[in-house]
Amino acid sequence: MKQVTSNTTTPVAEPKKEVKSLSGAEALILSLLEEEVEHIFGYPGGAIMPVYDALYDYNDRVEHILVRHEQGGIHAAQGYARSSGRVGVVFATSGPGATNLITGLADALIDSTPLVCITGQVYAHLLGTDAFQEADVISITAPVTKWNYQVTNADEIPEVLAKAFYIAKSGRPGPVLIDITKNAQLQKFDFAGCKRCDHIRSYRPKPLVRKEYIEQAAELINKAEKPFVIWGQGVILGSAEQEFKAFIEKAGIPAAWTIMGAGALPSDHNQNVGMLGMHGNYGPNVLTNECDVLIAIGMRFDDRVTGRLDKYAKQAKVIHLDIDPSEIDKNVKTTVPVWGDCKETLPMLTQLVEQKRHEAWLQKFKDYYQQEVDAVIREELFPTSDGMTMGEVIQQLNEITGGEAIVVTDVGQHQMVACRYAKLNHTRSNITSGGLGTMGFALPAAIGAKVGAPARTVVAVIGDGGFQMTLQEMGTIMQSNIDVKILILNNQFLGMVRQWQELFHDRRYSFVNIQSPDYVQVAKGYGISGQKVSEREGLKAGLQEMLSHKGSYLLEVMVTRENNVFPMVPQGCSVSEIRLQ
Amino acid sequence: MSSQNHIERQEYNITVYTENQIGLLNRIAIIFSRRKINIESLNTSPSEIEGIHRFNIVIHETEEVVRKICGQIEKQVEVLKAYYNTNEDVIWQEMALYKVPTEVIAEKALVERLLRENGARVVVIRKDYTVFETTGHREETDNLIKVLQPFGLIEFVRSARIAIIKASDGFNRKLREFEKREPHQEVVENEYLNSRDKVFTM
Repeated sequence: MKQVTSNTTTPVAEPKKEVKSLSGAEALILSLLEEEVEHIFGYPGGAIMPVYDALYDYNDRVEHILVRHEQGGIHAAQGYARSSGRVGVVFATSGPGATNLITGLADALIDSTPLVCITGQVYAHLLGTDAFQEADVISITAPVTKWNYQVTNADEIPEVLAKAFYIAKSGRPGPVLIDITKNAQLQKFDFAGCKRCDHIRSYRPKPLVRKEYIEQAAELINKAEKPFVIWGQGVILGSAEQEFKAFIEKAGIPAAWTIMGAGALPSDHNQNVGMLGMHGNYGPNVLTNECDVLIAIGMRFDDRVTGRLDKYAKQAKVIHLDIDPSEIDKNVKTTVPVWGDCKETLPMLTQLVEQKRHEAWLQKFKDYYQQEVDAVIREELFPTSDGMTMGEVIQQLNEITGGEAIVVTDVGQHQMVACRYAKLNHTRSNITSGGLGTMGFALPAAIGAKVGAPARTVVAVIGDGGFQMTLQEMGTIMQSNIDVKILILNNQFLGMVRQWQELFHDRRYSFVNIQSPDYVQVAKGYGISGQKVSEREGLKAGLQEMLSHKGSYLLEVMVTRENNVFPMVPQGCSVSEIRLQ
Repeated sequence: MSSQNHIERQEYNITVYTENQIGLLNRIAIIFSRRKINIESLNTSPSEIEGIHRFNIVIHETEEVVRKICGQIEKQVEVLKAYYNTNEDVIWQEMALYKVPTEVIAEKALVERLLRENGARVVVIRKDYTVFETTGHREETDNLIKVLQPFGLIEFVRSARIAIIKASDGFNRKLREFEKREPHQEVVENEYLNSRDKVFTM
């Protein structure tokens, strides 16, 4: 039954290369090296010991980072992939090791992050016997992986690994899991060299670009009086930031981003009109329902972006550029679908659109922004009241970093505030759990982000709730000496849930009152310096200390307890019903 | 709203061409279960091409839902292509087996006539029971159950539906087109570009 069809891969090595007898585990490591893997995030265990044994001999060529929990490992690999654009690699053992990856796999799938996870599995002859640390990992991970495969025979390893990397990074990227039984890791086989995979018969990573649709799209754009571009992570995943910028600049179209697209265009670009969605900016939300042509680029119309669908951009013609054909017409009906890699389709479109400036239309966004400044932003960033706001912390951070840092965020109020206000000069600078909304994501993801982009400053902005979900990864920071700036915005609440309870559940604050340990003491236990700032006077100095400190640093900032994030599109409402308070 | 949905909903035949891979059945099945859609019938078999498997899946849904489902199925790495068709667009058959006491048939001429009228064929005759077989649409195989019930029907089983698409001109040619096109090749000037329906969109 099983086949990894031989027409999918071609040997890289010259045909006469001598055949060596190798263990499956060693072939696995060589295959990783062939894919130019330099970092692995992992945690050993019984069923993956042969792989770790093989890794021992290649310590000089690949760096393994020992995490404290497999979930931390996979989030770190996600952060790595997001900051570097490479495939993140994870090792975990069978059973609980593998099941601990599930949250990260689901997160990586919904946020299109390329990962290859290698899990150990019990001996093939024990499969299905409820053996020690056996779990049906292939079935469990099927809904949360782009592809998965169980290896029971060592000679499959070179081909399967090549296929895994190809699938993870091509087309719309995603996580791949390879489950390798212990006997296959130990088994010796004739290793004829690594393979490369550049083609799988049943798999089209890129759809055909249809010229007539490009022409139709260009025609719509050229006739439009109020065109509006909304972009997502597709621009970053496709490394199409320059192509994107060229397109919007030539066509003179205002552009807004989804949370996953943040940073693809610098924050201070004149045509960058802000963030979309539930806690996005006022103008982009309201004007979505006023534009005449809506050009969606590498985004998937998530419900947090669209609000109520039957009242979303009904007046507009919709052009949707996406690499994944199943996204076209999934949530929003498209007038013109532009299937393809936006790195290819955007330049084609740019060529056909007329040079224009939609000054009055762009001004409208700026007018709305001014209203938002008056109603929300000024008080959030430069508060006149006593307590510190999350916004002012991010504002102070911007002033010190100048927008050069990678900002990794967790999930909740602080995430919305950080994504709204963080200044981002470069692409791959915003790393957050967008689709799945995984609390506990930020600390491990920041570790991976730093490993993936060692030259950059990485600031992990985390709430007091999320930090307590994965704070054990400070052990990884300690052991692997990774420089991550941890900025805890502590409002002593599970703030976003509390906000919803306040607004929609009559202030019945049910189990959102969360206590914190003394974070500075906890960090100290891990050898990480830190301080707690409770008064505005100490904020700037605290941030400066954190950023100039050599090595990791934890800064806990006590912010107002009951601040709400606004603007807000309440659930079930149209984007034009966005509330400023 | 639900009554409107009810009108739009009908039987759709989903035909999926796939590689033959362990676990793929699960990957396809969970696309339905995730959306709480019941699979009315599912058949897997070899296709006209060696090494390529064919799924026939029947669901009762709106076209909108079926179209999205097919998009999700095609996204699976080992799926080559998924089509959906209404019952009018396909030729379909189901097969049923009926086990009846032999003595009843031997004694009652009426039963023999009913079996003949319903196009049933004998598969096995034993002293104690006889097994009949019919193929046809659901109503036909259902009808024979009703007919045989008063005569002591012992056992009944019906197969999944298999369906041939009326308008298809075979997957063979498409597969060859599919294989010859390298994924990294420049396809903008592709000869199939303007032939819409004929173009592979994966």
